[in-house]
Amino acid sequence: MASIEMRDIVKTYGDHPVLHGVDLSIQDGEFIVLVGPSGCGKSTLLRMIAGLESISSGTMSIDGREVNDLKPKDRDIAMVFQSYALYPHMTVADNMSYSLRLRRTPKEKIAAAVAAASAKLGLDPFLGRRPKALSGGQRQRVAMGRAIVRQPKAFLFDEPLSNLDARLREQMRAEIKRMHAEFGATSVYVTHDQIEAMTLASRIVAMNAGSVQQIGAPLELYDRPANLFVAGFIGSPGMNMLEGTMASDNGTSLVRLTNGTTISLGQAVDLPEGTSVTLGIRPEHVTIRPVTGGVAASVELIEPTGLGIILHLTVHGLPFKIFTSDRALLAPGTDLTVGFPTERLHLFGPDGQRIALVPLEGSVVSSLTAS
Amino acid sequence: MSILLTIAHRLAILAYVVFALFPLYWLLKVSVTPNDLLYSEGVRMWPSHATLEHYRYVLENSAFPIFFRNSLIVAGSTALVVTLISSLSGYALSRFTFRGKYAVVALMLITQMFPLVMLVAPIFKMLSPLGLTNSLMGLIIVYTAFNVPFATFLMQSFFDGIPRDLEDSAMIDGASRFTAFRQIILPLTLPGIAATLGFVFTAAWSELLFALMLISGNDSATFPVGLLTFVSKFSVDFGQMMAAGVMALVPACLFFLLIQRYLVQGLTAGAVKG
Amino acid sequence: MTLSTTGSRPRPLKPFARRLADAAEPWLYTAPVLVLIIAVMLVPLILGLSYAFRDIQLLNPFSGGFVGLDHFRELSQDTAFYRALRNTLWWTGASVFLQFFFGLILALLLDKPFAGRGLAQALVFLPWAVPTFLAGLNWAWMFNPVIGPLPHWMVSLGIMSAPNNILADPHLAMWGPIIANVWWGIPFFAITLLAALQAIPRDLYEAAAIDGANPLQRFTSITLPFLAPTIAITVLLRTVWIANFADLIIVMTNGGPADRTQIVASYIFTQAFKRLDFGYASAIALVLLVLLLAYSMVIVVIRQRLIEKD
Repeated sequence: MASIEMRDIVKTYGDHPVLHGVDLSIQDGEFIVLVGPSGCGKSTLLRMIAGLESISSGTMSIDGREVNDLKPKDRDIAMVFQSYALYPHMTVADNMSYSLRLRRTPKEKIAAAVAAASAKLGLDPFLGRRPKALSGGQRQRVAMGRAIVRQPKAFLFDEPLSNLDARLREQMRAEIKRMHAEFGATSVYVTHDQIEAMTLASRIVAMNAGSVQQIGAPLELYDRPANLFVAGFIGSPGMNMLEGTMASDNGTSLVRLTNGTTISLGQAVDLPEGTSVTLGIRPEHVTIRPVTGGVAASVELIEPTGLGIILHLTVHGLPFKIFTSDRALLAPGTDLTVGFPTERLHLFGPDGQRIALVPLEGSVVSSLTAS
Repeated sequence: MSILLTIAHRLAILAYVVFALFPLYWLLKVSVTPNDLLYSEGVRMWPSHATLEHYRYVLENSAFPIFFRNSLIVAGSTALVVTLISSLSGYALSRFTFRGKYAVVALMLITQMFPLVMLVAPIFKMLSPLGLTNSLMGLIIVYTAFNVPFATFLMQSFFDGIPRDLEDSAMIDGASRFTAFRQIILPLTLPGIAATLGFVFTAAWSELLFALMLISGNDSATFPVGLLTFVSKFSVDFGQMMAAGVMALVPACLFFLLIQRYLVQGLTAGAVKG
Repeated sequence: MTLSTTGSRPRPLKPFARRLADAAEPWLYTAPVLVLIIAVMLVPLILGLSYAFRDIQLLNPFSGGFVGLDHFRELSQDTAFYRALRNTLWWTGASVFLQFFFGLILALLLDKPFAGRGLAQALVFLPWAVPTFLAGLNWAWMFNPVIGPLPHWMVSLGIMSAPNNILADPHLAMWGPIIANVWWGIPFFAITLLAALQAIPRDLYEAAAIDGANPLQRFTSITLPFLAPTIAITVLLRTVWIANFADLIIVMTNGGPADRTQIVASYIFTQAFKRLDFGYASAIALVLLVLLLAYSMVIVVIRQRLIEKD
């Protein structure tokens, strides 16, 4: 197993830059997930680790050895493709043993490695079949099996589950996690699905438009997103974003929203009054209480997910999403008051970067206050 | 209404089949008609008795067996060489982006535009000091060059239909690009290879102008040249000419029937991509 | 020189050999093909162009001198050439139109699934495999009243008054090679168009049918627009190809009777092969090449205009 070191990796196609200087250190045994919207450069970065894309500038090392000019075949890594890329003219067993045969591994060793992998993945009944005769899930397993027979330095996954249906995807996700726990192999996993990223990663690398936005443990990205992009990308349903400007009242900072209402931050923040900021709060962190008197919010749309309900509502003219498990709210038109626990608020400056708020003792709930 | 349409559809297909096959059928019919019946039973669909006499005569008393052998050598070698080298170039056009790629494509397109007759004189002048006129080798070289551009485009369209992930995967598994090409990509292109082989074989089997220009003696004449000289020499013996014609027809048609469905597939693959 | 790199991005240069190998890789794959094309097609083409300005007669050892534009001057006086030019237009236009028309119908017929489609397809495409010289001979025989049925049938149908060979009739002779060419060339159009037809997504037809389009509307609003690029490029390529295609004429009529079927391509061949006057033949070929290039440019420009309009 191996560590992977990237220093200022740049990729350009002609004059068109797709990666602007990526720095990333992957420890031995880590499970790194590269996540971001399509076109953010995550697959390109993965293919550069594999050696399938040339590196325009910067250095890439595996286990301390620079591999910039090493061909894919000399890097000793395995990769699982989105399309699985199984060789259609070979049986499952031949697919799994191809890399070992290329390395002229002795026959007995190949047989043992294939047998071990196929037992682990439940592929024994299919070893003699061609990929065409397998279901999607079985093909996915063969692709995994082909990677693990080699015991490579690192595993690369390029959206390996996106061609599976929801149930199978969930099952394979757990299986990948289990295998990683067992083998502890260094893994780099590309996905656009933030649930996969959250559940699998030891560290997530969030990328957008060719740059790394944030690197950290999954819950760190969830709890303390470094900027608006990460805040919006991680979490489902997505974070509510309210634009406004800084104001203060008796030494406590407020955010004055575009509709004129204010939200108290419960503390003094060192930003000049009038600075444009964005205030974020996750739908699951907004508190709600039904009221009888005509107040702030009314529910416009309800999306029950089974686990809970997503409410779409308007507060003083601002659209909001709230996630709750309170089924009593299932009727549209219900009037509510909403509250924002200050320890759950995220504040982002005019450049979109996170501005740290000091955690307050106890829970203070702000509400929208008409000024 | 829909039954009428179906009947009209089948009748139209039938009309095409008849139109396509009738001349070939007629060739066969005259070739087995004894000379004494040829004129008396001119438009009959089948002679009152058939004979293989013309075939026997042509095989025993003419140079056709030599022509046949020559054509087989020329068309077979051309097909093999063209398929081999145009699978390499087709692969390059399908998989690499490189400086000069457009120049290569343009060069190949240009060769499809100009009258090949224009090359007759210069090629003759170039080949004769090399001793390649009046030789099968010379014909093979010329035919190979003529067929390579189209074969390259044909092979490219087949390669385009094969996902790149496969050779990426093979290269990660430890193969060099050329090994991946040989062990993974080529086996998957077998239909394309068959189509290219068949196409080039048929084209080389049929070529007339350059064979006429470059070959003078009987020893290295190909079937088209032989048949044409035979026709101008013995233009009255229709039975024998047509027997020779049927023999020229058989290998090309066999090849074509084997590969024709891959040809549509290959062009479809190209169309989907483009 | 110092060994330290400037700036914050130390970037090891790729070893020279490796960069060279990477750059050479596509050329290694294309090299055999390129060498052949250049040696056997491009060089002779250039030589051929130069012949147009030289006196090249195969059997005359004193020939080879530079004659400037003499060939072209001679050509401008050559009535046989002008007739060949007119015949080329007629031959090419009629052949391409008929091949395309019947090829399209055949492709549409074959696009519908029916029992025995594979066999029918193989049989109707068969003429394409017939060597062109044989197709020519075969049709010449078909038109021959001694052994062919066609003249007799035409008499029975009242098209002709006596069973004569149309290839010997100056007014009708051109129809012989054209019919042979149509017979031989329909499969090419049908195969290409069928491939394009099968690439049209089926759900488009379903959507159009749900929207209430009748079969004719579906054809004009879906099939034709989808086929248009294929049709444009195929017709262009075939036009050029058929204009250059002399085999059938040489085999069937050899340009006769009275030069009525002589097209430019067969005229070039006659000059080169019969008169062994390579210089003059090359001059004619050059004129044909220029005309065909001009034609292709016009088509490409028109196509570009049409695309820009969309």
